[in-house]
Order: sequence, then structure tokens, then C-alpha cells
Amino acid sequence: MRVQARWQVFLICATAILVCLAASATAFAQGKNPYAGDAKMAKLGESQFRANCAFCHGLGARGGGRGPDLTRTPKKHGDADGEIFNTINTGVPGTAMPPNGATQQGVGMTEEEIWQVITYIRSVEKKPSTLSGDAKHGRELFYGNATCATCHMFEGKGGRLGPDLTGAGTARSTEYLVESVRNPSRRLAQGISEAMKEFSAEYETVDVVSGDGTKYKGTLLNEDSFTIQFIDLREQVHSFDKVALKSWKKSRESLMPAYDEKMLPEKDLQDLLAFLVGGGK
Amino acid sequence: MRIKRGVSTGTTATEFEFEGIVDVEILRTSFDVIRMTALIVCCVGFVLINGLAAGLANAQVTAQRLLNAGQEPQNWLMYSGDYAGKRFSTLQEIKVGNAEKLVPKWAYQTMAGGKFETTPLVVDGILYATGQDDRAFALDARTGRPIWQYQRALPGDIRPCCGRVNRGLAILGDKVFMGTLDSHVIALDTKTGNVVWDVTAADYAKGNSFTLAPLVIKNLVLVGISGGEYGIRGFIDAYDVNTGERKWRFNTVPGPGEPGNETWEGETWKVGGAPAWITGTYDVETNTTFWTTGNPSPSNRSVGRAGDNLYSDTLLALDPDTGKLKWHFQFTTNDDHDYDATQVPVMVDEGGKKLILQANRNGFFYVVDRTNGKLVRAESYAKVSWSKEKDSNGRPVPAAEGKPSPEGNRVCPGAAGATNWMSPTYDPQTKLFYVTAREQCDVFSTAPQPYDAGHAYYGSAYFPNDDAAPFYGALRAIEPSTGRIKWEWKHPSPTWSGVLSTAGGVVFTGDAEGNFIALDAASGKALWHFQCGASVYSSPMTYAVEGKQYVAVAAGSALFTFGLP
Repeated sequence: MRVQARWQVFLICATAILVCLAASATAFAQGKNPYAGDAKMAKLGESQFRANCAFCHGLGARGGGRGPDLTRTPKKHGDADGEIFNTINTGVPGTAMPPNGATQQGVGMTEEEIWQVITYIRSVEKKPSTLSGDAKHGRELFYGNATCATCHMFEGKGGRLGPDLTGAGTARSTEYLVESVRNPSRRLAQGISEAMKEFSAEYETVDVVSGDGTKYKGTLLNEDSFTIQFIDLREQVHSFDKVALKSWKKSRESLMPAYDEKMLPEKDLQDLLAFLVGGGK
Repeated sequence: MRIKRGVSTGTTATEFEFEGIVDVEILRTSFDVIRMTALIVCCVGFVLINGLAAGLANAQVTAQRLLNAGQEPQNWLMYSGDYAGKRFSTLQEIKVGNAEKLVPKWAYQTMAGGKFETTPLVVDGILYATGQDDRAFALDARTGRPIWQYQRALPGDIRPCCGRVNRGLAILGDKVFMGTLDSHVIALDTKTGNVVWDVTAADYAKGNSFTLAPLVIKNLVLVGISGGEYGIRGFIDAYDVNTGERKWRFNTVPGPGEPGNETWEGETWKVGGAPAWITGTYDVETNTTFWTTGNPSPSNRSVGRAGDNLYSDTLLALDPDTGKLKWHFQFTTNDDHDYDATQVPVMVDEGGKKLILQANRNGFFYVVDRTNGKLVRAESYAKVSWSKEKDSNGRPVPAAEGKPSPEGNRVCPGAAGATNWMSPTYDPQTKLFYVTAREQCDVFSTAPQPYDAGHAYYGSAYFPNDDAAPFYGALRAIEPSTGRIKWEWKHPSPTWSGVLSTAGGVVFTGDAEGNFIALDAASGKALWHFQCGASVYSSPMTYAVEGKQYVAVAAGSALFTFGLP
């Protein structure tokens, strides 16, 4: 019974704390960066960025394997100073972006340090690239001749073998997108990220011969020492014990063809980028 | 009515049930008699059951029992199982021939997030362990049912480096000892979990914290501080087990006038780091305790702290009674890659020599004479690029081109090291040393920053490099006499699980994919595995109750045990 009473007290406290947190978060969201444009603060912010953010977002905030390029504007989760503050402070649910202080590396940044980081990010931002392409034609290519939609979804329409590209245009730099089209095996896209595991799965290619001799080709969904999970070219999901297979091999050669100039002329590429970056508009 | 009264006055659940059943006033007197009788029966029954199930639960752990821990393999009396740090058990009910039949026995859920790094202790049927956010608990080791639970009320502004973790307890008499994230050392009563004493060791606001399992030697409890990422000044402390009074402190960064202070540039010794965040070992023959230390601060930038930076990344031989230094051996001088030496210094006697074996975070496997601190051998056991040559004593020395640079410099091993705090094991039957290795190189770049008390003080940054080949982990079986790798079990990705070896010829480890795995100690062949559902961040142990062997490992928020059906 006392346990229950304690729980009640706890719940009241917890609610109070949550209300306070929500209130302060709102305050931050409306906040303006007190250090905006201050080069000295940007320098301090660079150190903080390197220590706390660069592991995922890369040196110079240019994006790493797992974190988006932050030199891009506008930011996917809000581009106002206060919104970026919130993104850093509370994380982005459903992504690998943790709340400030919950990375298990370091204690997290103070309010001042977060503003320094924002000042730094602003100092390395590039002007939004002016995409000359024709987004309408890009959409036609995506769902038509360029056959992107065979393997990629965009806003719920398309295939399942490759990553969903709905948000890719706003999360990744143009250079990254171009590289992904022209040379997809250079840097494989990241797949499932498990809560306590350091590294995400990647879109590796698998060739499998099952115990009964059936041959499969597909994209690796996950793997451990004893089992593999993959989706085959017919979009069937499989899970096998490795010992039960006749053979299997995985490769870092992406299933996606490298779209060279012949397959996708520069103009078409620009149209496609305009479609992806413009959010399908 | 009574139900309500029961709630408001905090009556126990047992009384609540009685009152709910008996609702007629006239039966009141006889009910009281029944209740009293029931109480007596319960008490007697409890004593009987307790006596039967827990066996010697009331016999206390003495200093002598700790010295002879190997002679009672049903128990696990300290972090590494024995004073030598071998993490080897002579239990052999589970062996190569039957390991495939292992099944889960029970799981205990802390329901806490973050890394669950504990190695439990087991004493005569009772299991004692710690959990995330400075929990501690005692369970019936046979059933997993809790006997008591302790949760420390931590301040909101603690500054642990790498998660709100704790790796375990030490035990002596009727107390278990714990270091806390707010830099206290506490003693809990073994039967109730009540706090017996609680002392402050350091100021947590400056970045000091405890994460290790303490080590009891005689009547002292030894602890080492964490916080090398905050520019703390490291130390190893000894406290009286009965009172909590501090008996000595060894500063791992010498002050002015002390030998070694000259290895620090200017005033940098004040924020020199060199924490001691992994449990040491103890050689009773020479009355020496061996401890290892972590990186100098700032962790990845040596500019401004020229010199060897003693005693960072060092093996220390201390007198456990006084804390006086007998000798030291520094693995990495003037470190700027976070190559902590905080791996258990394992004591092994081989070929008539008394040795310390350590697979170091810097990628070398060191064999040191533990009578004098002289290096016997250093061989790489993982990819190494920070050192190209050895000095006249055979000690690897840093190469100039391995320094962090503004635009980044690719160095192997990466910042997480070729191994880390997860325990290795030495199996006296196979005479092999098993260690969790990590193959990852990182790009180290400088990020100068001023020291600011209580704030992270890295001075640099690192990122996984852009290699085409992904990083991976491996369990490697090293032959100490040559440094050669006899076999390896490759993990798909790097793991933070330690290793346990047993007389049944089975070694146990876990992986980042959530598997807990039994391997043949001789060949490295997998015998059995169980999917725990979350990455393993702990070092396994084993014990027995009523003659049945259990293997325990923490993963996710659960402590799992396994045994034969």
C-alpha cells in the first residue's frame, strides 16, 4: 500500500517535472540565439560540435554516415534558432538523434553551449542550392523511365528494396544525393538501427541458396552471427539460420545500378534532384 | 471500510487480505488467535525455507574466504571472481558436450534504460548486483526473486562520462560496497539493503563519478575514480569497511614535489585525469594490489601537456595497507587517443614467472613481470598504427604521424580502443587469454577548448573513418607465451561484452546483436547461443546453487541466467 502511495507522489512529481520541462522547452523554442553572428562563440561552438555532434554529423557538419549534412538549409526539423535548439535539446523521436545528454558520451551541453553550437552551424551553412531542375519532369522520371520507384518509396508510393526517399532530399546534401545516384556503392544507405547497438545495418546485397536449393537475391535487412534477414527481389521477407543455408554471401556492391551519364543525363539528374529536394512538389 | 483503513495506515498486504476475508465482528477474537498462529507458522516456515533454499546464507564472507575464492566455485565473491582477475571458474557441470542444451532459468528486469554493465556477486545462494542509475539488489540466486532493492537518489546534475552505469559490488561480512555516480562510497546491509555508511569521496560537480565494482582487501574497500573526460585529478582510495573512514588516497597524478610531477607541463597536472575506473587485482604473496589508470586530460590532445603524463595509462603496484607506490609501468606515454589502460590486470604464473597480462586499449598485448614492473613482451593483437617501433625495453612508442590534426588523422585503434573495460579471462586449462577485440580506426581531429570545471574536456574529436570495410569485433584467444592469436570468433559488429572461462572447457561472451554465446575454449567453435534482445554490455559470471550451475549475464535491462534443463 505504501508502495502505491509512493507511486502517487512520484506521479505527481513526474507530472510537475514534465510540465516544467514542456514550459521551458517552449521558452527555448521561442528563443533567439543570444550569440548570433558572434565569431568567437562560433569557434567555441565548433569544439562543442566536434565533441558532441561530429561523430554522426561529420567534420565541418558536412554529414556522416548516420547524421544529415547540417550545412544545408532549411533544416528538416525546423530552421528557426529556437527550433534547432529544441532539436538538439530533446532529440528527434524515431531517429538516431538523441536528446542532449543522453548519448552516453559526455553529459550533454549547457544552454549556452547549445547556442554556441547553433552559432557554429550557422557559420558553416551554405545558401540553399538553387536547383534549376524541373521537379515535374523529375517526378515523371522517378516513377517512370528512371525506374527509381521500382525499389524506392516516395510518400508511400513505390518499391521496398531500397530506402524510402521521402525525407532524403531535405536531410542530405545535394552532393550526397548525386553520389548516391551516380555511385550508390560508394556509401551504402543505413538500415535498421537497434536501440543499444552502435552501428546500423546497411543496404548490403545478399545472394542466398536455401537448404532446399532455392536461390534468392535481395537486400540485407539485418544480420547476427547465426541468422540473416533479407528482402528479396520479389519483396518477400525471409529469415534463415545461417547453418541451414546451402550458401550465402553478402556484398557491398549495391543492388542499385550506378546511374551514369548515359543512363541518366545531367539534365535529368537535375530534374530528379529538384523533385527529391522539393519534397515531391 | 477496513480496506480503506488498511490503505491509509499502510497495513501490510498480508493483514489486508485477512481483514478482507473476516467481516463478522463476532469472530474478531478467534480471528486474532488465527492471525497470531498464522504469523508464527509463517515465521517458522520462513526460517525453515530460508535455511533450506539459501543454505549458508547467514555465513558471512571473511577476508580469508576472499583469499581462497577459487576454493568455493559455487560462489562469485568479487568482480573478477578471484583476486587474480582471471574470471575463470572451476565449475564444470556445463561443458563442451552439453552446452547446446542450455536453457534460460530466470531473468530479472531493472526496467531501466542505458547500459547494464554489472557483474553480479553470489554468496551462498544470494545474488548481489547493481544496475543503471545506481540501483543495487539482492536476489534468490536460484529463482531470481528479489530480497531487497536499493535505488540511490542521484542529484540531477551528475556527470558520468559514458552512461549512468555501475559495474558491481564488493562484499565483506554483512556489507556490500558500492561506488556511486555522485562520487560517494556506500555500504549496504547484505540482508536488507539498508545504508550502513555513506561517505563522500569527491565533488561530482567537477566530473568525478564512480562506476567500478570496489575491491575489498583485508578490512579495506578500494575504489578508483572515473571522470577522465572532465579534467579531474584521478585517485585510488581505501576506506575502512566498518566505518567508511578513508585510510589512504593515492593520487594518480603526482603533485608538486612528488616524483612524476615533472612529467606534466606547467599546471596541467591539476586537471591531469588518469582515472582508475576498473577494479584492480591483489597478490597476497607480495601484499601488492595492481590497478590501472585511464587517459590524461584532455583526452585526445597532448598539446600543452608535454611529457609522459604519469601515471596516466599506467599499471600501478600499490601497498594495499598504505597506498604507497611500489612500482609503475606506463603503457602509453603522452596519450592523445584516449588509450585508457583500464583493463583488468590479470595475474598469471607461467614458466616460473609471476606475470601480469593485459590486452591494452592501445592494441598491444602486454606481459609484465609483476614482481618488479619490467616489461616481458608486447605484441599487437589488433590493427595498430599509432606506434611504429619499440624502445630499448620493448615498449611501443608513439609515432609522430599518429597525432590528431586539425583536419583529422586516421589512427588505429580508434578512440574506443582495440578493447575496452569489458573483462578478459585467462583459462589455466587451455593456458589461453581470451579478450574482446575491436577492429576500428578513427579519424582524430583537434578541437582545442579551455578547461571549465565540470564540463567535458576532450580537446579533440574523433569519427569513424570512411573505410569501405565495416568495423567488426572478435573474441581472440591469445597465447601469452608468444602473443600469437590461436583462434578468433568474429562478431558482425564490435561488442562491449566481457568473457568468462570455465573448467567445462566453455567460454561465454555476448555480442552487440544481442546474442549470449557459448564457445569451445579450445577451438572457438560455437556450442550454443541465446538471443537476449539487446546488446550485451557486461562481463558474464557463473555460480551454483544446490549443485546446479548457472551462467549469468546482463543485457538490455535484464539480468539473465542459464543452466542445464
